Amino acid sequence: MNSVAVDDSDFVYAPGTSDAEIEAAAMEAALRHRRLVIGWRLGILVVLLGLWEVAARTGVIDAFFYSYPTAIAARLWELILEGTDEASLWYHLWLTMEEAIIGFVAGSALGILAGVALGRNKLAADICAPYIKTLNAIPRVVLAPIFILLLGFGLWSKVALAFIMVFFVVFSNAFQGVREADRAMIANAQILGARPWAVTTAVIIPSAMSWIFASLHISFSFAIVGAIVGEFVGARYGIGFLIQEARGVHDTAAMYAAIVLIVVVVLTAEWVMTRIENRLARWRPPVQGH
Amino acid sequence: MPDTPAIELVNVSRRFLSPDGHAFSTLKDFTLTVKRGEFVALVGPTGCGKSTTLNLITGLGHPSSGQVRVFGKPVSGIDPRIGFTFQADALFPWRNVLDNVVAGPLFRGRPKAESYDKARDWLARVGLTAFERHYPHQLSGGMRKRVALAQTFINNPEILLMDEPFSALDVQTRVLMHEELLQLWSETGAAVVFVTHDLEEAIALADTVYVLTARPATVKSVHPIDIPRPRVISEVRYEEHFIAISRRIWADLKQEVQMSTLAAA
Repeated sequence: MNSVAVDDSDFVYAPGTSDAEIEAAAMEAALRHRRLVIGWRLGILVVLLGLWEVAARTGVIDAFFYSYPTAIAARLWELILEGTDEASLWYHLWLTMEEAIIGFVAGSALGILAGVALGRNKLAADICAPYIKTLNAIPRVVLAPIFILLLGFGLWSKVALAFIMVFFVVFSNAFQGVREADRAMIANAQILGARPWAVTTAVIIPSAMSWIFASLHISFSFAIVGAIVGEFVGARYGIGFLIQEARGVHDTAAMYAAIVLIVVVVLTAEWVMTRIENRLARWRPPVQGH
Repeated sequence: MPDTPAIELVNVSRRFLSPDGHAFSTLKDFTLTVKRGEFVALVGPTGCGKSTTLNLITGLGHPSSGQVRVFGKPVSGIDPRIGFTFQADALFPWRNVLDNVVAGPLFRGRPKAESYDKARDWLARVGLTAFERHYPHQLSGGMRKRVALAQTFINNPEILLMDEPFSALDVQTRVLMHEELLQLWSETGAAVVFVTHDLEEAIALADTVYVLTARPATVKSVHPIDIPRPRVISEVRYEEHFIAISRRIWADLKQEVQMSTLAAA
């Protein structure tokens, strides 16, 4: 290829359109946009919280049922410092987390295993299909009383509920992901010399990974739901128990404080998961608009 | 037996079931012989069953009747002497270029260090050494095809099956890839079956061009291509001899293309 060196020095741009200038302008515009977005987000938050506070204090809404932001913040602080009669706040929180995390890890591991196994075996998948559909149709929370009966008031009844909340979501996504694996890519691996097990580990599982991750994102909050519902039904500690207790003494501020706490936990978990996913999915083309 | 042909298809038919349960034929009485080291191109109307032929040779598909033999033995399962280049992108997108190329030897249980040395060597041959840490989505279409070629050739295939491998590339890149392919092929001496619907591509590359009929496909005519090698692909197509061959085969192919267009309408 012949290339001719272009001499940039005597090339005249229209005023304000040199490379450096348009690059600077684009950077400036991006920064302005970002500031605008953050500004609006903060503004909306302040207005909403302010309206709630004012409405409750002036009696537009009943502060007894709805509480208000400063009361909730004060109650949360109190809980952090003093805990409840039964245990410190951290103990309650940790117990709920423990139930959710064990259920989440076990549920997603077995969900992936079962999804990949059935996805690779059409006969077994066809045989199991109606059973899976039926089991999946059971609203998970109705199992809470049964698990409490079976496994008692302690940790394991809540773990079981968190597990069952997570398992089916991850299972069906893993199954679908396996089914969607590219045929040409599988044939390519086979011809290159891959045996069935290598096809599964080198092609099927990596290509199902984005489906699996999509389900992991939502299923951690499902695991928390499982743990808390279990605690509602019967427990001696945990965030769900704390909310039940607060309801018993009409302490609405404490109920909302517990919700705030759980929201922070779920958002943190979500953030961690996104970080892990981005690390694992470096091969993927960058998504536009993120 | 050095004179057993690399590939033989004898009176092969292949039927499929359509989604609503009806049987239809894609190949009928198909007979084809590819000698060792021979470069054969199959041309025919789109969707006539060219890819089916390749699947039968790999062992991924089975003939409904007739015989498929590779180096004199009936095909049973995937033969390790076969390499395959796909029309679609079949690289593993989650592996970088080097890990894509090394896949074959590792799948076949070769030692790790030796496999990686070989993979680097093949990357150098296709001119992609500087890109070994890139992921497929970061490469151009032509570069991805080069990776695919290295991934195939690293297994030293004695038979190379190519299913419209360059059809998604632009014309200039395609010509570069043709030259690259002929270069690699001349060093290995593999028997090649190259499926395409582009007649000029077939003539420029092959020793023998088979024209297939519209579906169900069977061999309509066989044309030896006597253009001497080495060929300069970017120039060969403007030679009078090339144009004469092209005109002769096109007369044959045209009827089939028209038939399949009518059938589709």
